[in-house]
Amino acid sequence: MKKVYARPKLLKDASMHYCPGCGHSIVTKLIAEIIEEMGLADRSVCVPPAGCAVLTYNYLDIDTSEAAHGRACAVATGIKRVLPDRMVFTYQGDGDMAAIGTAETIHAANRGERFTTIFINNAVYGMTGGQMAPTTLVGQKTTTSPHGRSVQNEGAPIPISEMIAILDGAVYIERTTVTSVSAVRNTKRAIKKAFTAQMDNLGFTLVEVLSPCPTNWKMNPLKSCQWIDEEMTQVYPLGVLKDETSGAPDREVANAD
Amino acid sequence: MSQKSNYKLMRGNTVVGEAAVQAGCTCYFGYPITPQNQLPEYMSRRLTEVKDGIFIQSESELSAINMVLGASVAGARVMTSSSSPGISLKQEGISFLCGCELPAVIVNMVRGGPGLGNISPAQSDYFQATRGGGHGDYRVVVLAPASCQEIADLTMEAFDIADYYRNPVLILADGMLGQMMEPVTFENYTPRQIPEKDYVLDGAKGRPSRINLSLILNPQQMEDHNWKLMRKYKTIERNETRYEEFMMDDAKLAVVAYGTAARIAKGAVKRARSDGMKVGLIRPITLWPFPSDIIRKRASKTDLFFVFEMSAGQMVDDVRLALEGRSEVYFHGRPGGIIPTPVEVLRIISRQYYQKELGE
Repeated sequence: MKKVYARPKLLKDASMHYCPGCGHSIVTKLIAEIIEEMGLADRSVCVPPAGCAVLTYNYLDIDTSEAAHGRACAVATGIKRVLPDRMVFTYQGDGDMAAIGTAETIHAANRGERFTTIFINNAVYGMTGGQMAPTTLVGQKTTTSPHGRSVQNEGAPIPISEMIAILDGAVYIERTTVTSVSAVRNTKRAIKKAFTAQMDNLGFTLVEVLSPCPTNWKMNPLKSCQWIDEEMTQVYPLGVLKDETSGAPDREVANAD
Repeated sequence: MSQKSNYKLMRGNTVVGEAAVQAGCTCYFGYPITPQNQLPEYMSRRLTEVKDGIFIQSESELSAINMVLGASVAGARVMTSSSSPGISLKQEGISFLCGCELPAVIVNMVRGGPGLGNISPAQSDYFQATRGGGHGDYRVVVLAPASCQEIADLTMEAFDIADYYRNPVLILADGMLGQMMEPVTFENYTPRQIPEKDYVLDGAKGRPSRINLSLILNPQQMEDHNWKLMRKYKTIERNETRYEEFMMDDAKLAVVAYGTAARIAKGAVKRARSDGMKVGLIRPITLWPFPSDIIRKRASKTDLFFVFEMSAGQMVDDVRLALEGRSEVYFHGRPGGIIPTPVEVLRIISRQYYQKELGE
């Protein structure tokens, strides 16, 4: 009989702590598949900071260093600079990436650090119990915005990926989701492309994944996926925000003119 | 005439940098703050001459200390430096370094505080340095040089201590030591035997994957981890405690001072001796571990411990704890960036000496 699918070798034999319907487990599995397919298992270092993301080291069978909340991009900078031929990636949530770690994220991208950031955007603080995140949508109710996020009080959601895209150091930024089989496959393609660009030494790479959090959204998994497709993507449009992976030489040509 | 060809006239801040490089430091991450800017400036040039040398001027102190953590877990010898307000920002990372048991060398050229304070030399960060400084049960080895030569020697050794115990080492000096110039040699250093770094994350090639973490959700395991750290700190207390004694043999009054204050105190002690007073100096070189044993031992013959600090009184607590009431303690301090003269300190010493009728 032909084997069409197997559990990725780099997924540890552990049951995940993620809630039913959570997007983290899908992305974690994709990363395990990609690293295996790219033959990078013995050259990869993962940096997950505080939040639901941090326990990634219980699931991915690769070298992993925890980081303090918001500091993943600084820790990854230190690792990658010392080990420039390794594949280094951060695995961060939205609060980490776009609130407490904004400075670390922006400046690592601006320096064009050769690591990849996998950014799980679920519009809430997950592990702490569903508080408002920098990416929470206007009107979205959370435990700390019980009447819904208001622009007047909390400001509008931060489009951190778009902000990073304007920086010269960033070469590839794409926003994807995991709400359908095709979306999952597309996310896999994007992460693989980011890892490849990193190993080609091109610059900072980022994949933002709009990811369901049924528990804190108080929706069932299906409704959560629907909410991403109908609401979240209005604020965070899917697609390539920046791609200079083949365009790096073009930029030089453009400058030469 | 003796040839001191191996001696160079250098500024304290740059001495730290050169000593670090000669001890094998290849990475420096930091953020500008006075009075230590010559150090990152020096490293930005010097590390380009070093194989695999890495220098990043980070966007913040938080970022710098976390880059330090990254470089450390990747196996490099790494340093960061700052001055008081910047060191406050680094405390989060220092706590993580201790929790993860990662080596690093951190330099604090202390300035007057609290708050933004000023840029004058001070010793007001003693509590922060010796009590850990950040959250959690941990200790950082604190080395307090009192001259440029000692800055060189202790900086080089700091990297070995950090690697040997897998713990951050803090060099606690001040703006005065950072800015002064003295002749220095880097030839006093004998590298220690360091255990193999079996924790480095460089890709799991030919070995099982590794995890570096301080997150231990199980309270029993967390307690075990804390006791493990405490056993390590006990070993450090046994092996690394260091101090200098000066004219202590028959001293009735012992001045206890470290760093710049100890240099000022030494001048005062010499003057007191030439005035016939039996005064000596105990200079802690490690502030943590604190040389409590020698202070307790001296209490049998010394009637007064005169603690002098460029602060409102911080190390004096450790002297009292060491003495456990065995002897009297007097404190003289000048906080806020004031640098007293030996004559001023002598005046206070002699008053205490004769008021306590130590002059027979």
